[in-house]
Amino acid sequence: MLNALRRRQILPHAVLAIGVLISLFPFYWSIVLATNTSADVFRYPPRVIPGTHLVENVRHVLDNIDFFGSMLNTLIVAVSTTVLVLFFDSLAAFTFAKYAFPGRRVLFGLLMLIFMLPAQLSIIPQYMIMAKIGWVGTLRALVIPAAVNAFGIFWMRQYISRGLPDELIDAARIDGASFFRIYRSVCLPMIRPGLAFLAIYTFIGAWNDYVWPLVVLTDPNKITLQLAIAQLNFGQGGTITDYAMLMAGTLMAVVPLLIAFTLFARNFVADLARGAVQG
Amino acid sequence: MLRYWPQYLAISPFYLLFAVFGLFPVLFSLYLSFHRWSGLGERKWVGLKEYDFLIHDHTFWLSLWNTLIIWLMSTVPMLFGALVIAALLHSVARGKSFYRMAYFIPSVTSLVAMAILFKMMFSSNFGLINAVLEAVNLPTYPWTNTPWGIKISIAALMTWQWVGYNSIIYLAGLQTIPGELYEAAQIDGAGPVRTFFRITIPLLRPVILFTVVISTITGMQSFTEAQVMTASNGATNPNSGGPGQGGLTMVLYFYQQAFSYNDFGYGAAIAWGIFVIVGAFAVLNWRLVARQED
Repeated sequence: MLNALRRRQILPHAVLAIGVLISLFPFYWSIVLATNTSADVFRYPPRVIPGTHLVENVRHVLDNIDFFGSMLNTLIVAVSTTVLVLFFDSLAAFTFAKYAFPGRRVLFGLLMLIFMLPAQLSIIPQYMIMAKIGWVGTLRALVIPAAVNAFGIFWMRQYISRGLPDELIDAARIDGASFFRIYRSVCLPMIRPGLAFLAIYTFIGAWNDYVWPLVVLTDPNKITLQLAIAQLNFGQGGTITDYAMLMAGTLMAVVPLLIAFTLFARNFVADLARGAVQG
Repeated sequence: MLRYWPQYLAISPFYLLFAVFGLFPVLFSLYLSFHRWSGLGERKWVGLKEYDFLIHDHTFWLSLWNTLIIWLMSTVPMLFGALVIAALLHSVARGKSFYRMAYFIPSVTSLVAMAILFKMMFSSNFGLINAVLEAVNLPTYPWTNTPWGIKISIAALMTWQWVGYNSIIYLAGLQTIPGELYEAAQIDGAGPVRTFFRITIPLLRPVILFTVVISTITGMQSFTEAQVMTASNGATNPNSGGPGQGGLTMVLYFYQQAFSYNDFGYGAAIAWGIFVIVGAFAVLNWRLVARQED
């Protein structure tokens, strides 16, 4: 019986394993290209195993772009966006989930409507605003508009409705705790897993953001990692063909995020899926 | 009203920021779309001229066509593949969390980096795909040098990046379907394929609807993949859309007009055109998938 069950599972596992190979292969391939020389990239048949030229390629990347500077900029943007989003989104979500106040339904409906608006509708005027207040080329221009968002409020509201018992809030209120006190001492400690999810989600989004930084970060000396990598790519227009260097750059941009994801995101994937199914 | 001040204060940041960086820009872009303006100097009122130009602009319709083709070529295999992976994941007893992680990873990596990598893998002269085709004696294809090739390359990247993500969402949906249904089907003698089409797909319909709408909205607004993958084919303008403008998506065209040519008025008109088209498609999709329910 058990053996029959095992045998029935061989085929699914085989197919899934092939899928995993396809899913992970591009990462392997970028390692192969980044560790061989540029001449190897053009070779036929291609080299299929990692080489020994990683250090040399990395050095070329560092010669061409301010890798660590742009990474630091990305870190600053991603961390400060995440902190602000966690605070503003959870506070608003807590309010929508647990308090009745005049206009709540209308305001929440409005929030959902805003969620649907496509970004490119507002990009040009947003750029004009940034130009007017002198934020073009600064990291503030990335952080402040992203400091609070409809998705996070919506998602956290679902989470708090289910995860935070009304009795706890009532008890705190009877003890005389104020609204903000209840948020800080009752709500926040209870929603840590939800906050962790929102943090990872926001951080990854901010780390990989491309369109808006491309528009607003006009100073080539002050850019984010994604822009720096793209710059490496645009710089390849025909005459220069250091593809091994280009691959080393992309690898360096991907690896920190992959490590962070595999370390911290154990429950993340399941949470995201659950949110999508229930939302 | 006054006694609710803490609540209003708590939700105010979203509405304040939205007013400044959302509502005002949206209204202003509508205003801009009735003007001729390069970002500097005088704004000139032109009424509906920008929209008239948009309707007769071949490049805009080409970009719509490109976007639709890329969207179809990525969404169909992506969602179908995701369903199959999810059904398989649901059927295995061990290794679920490993698989979940492995399938999810493509969706959290830098899109710019992966677009560069895919461009190299599909490169006509030294790409891996052509090398493999050559090795097994199949004809090679100039992927990154033809309008169709570039579309296929972009669609391949999108499929690869999002198939796992969607399968994880389907898996969560599958886990809400009671196991008794499958047992009953098995007793009635239904095979796995029949169960898949008769039980799994109908019960997953709400989740499928969700993924279809999300894929439509994001797919119709694809930009980064196209912009990075068509960036350096010897074109002078990096936003021109690659060979024969075959990779020029609607949002890339918007970006090109607004920020390469500083045509803010026309850019705003394109943005509204995209908004109407994407909205229409989202509603159409919703109708199509939702109607099959009865």
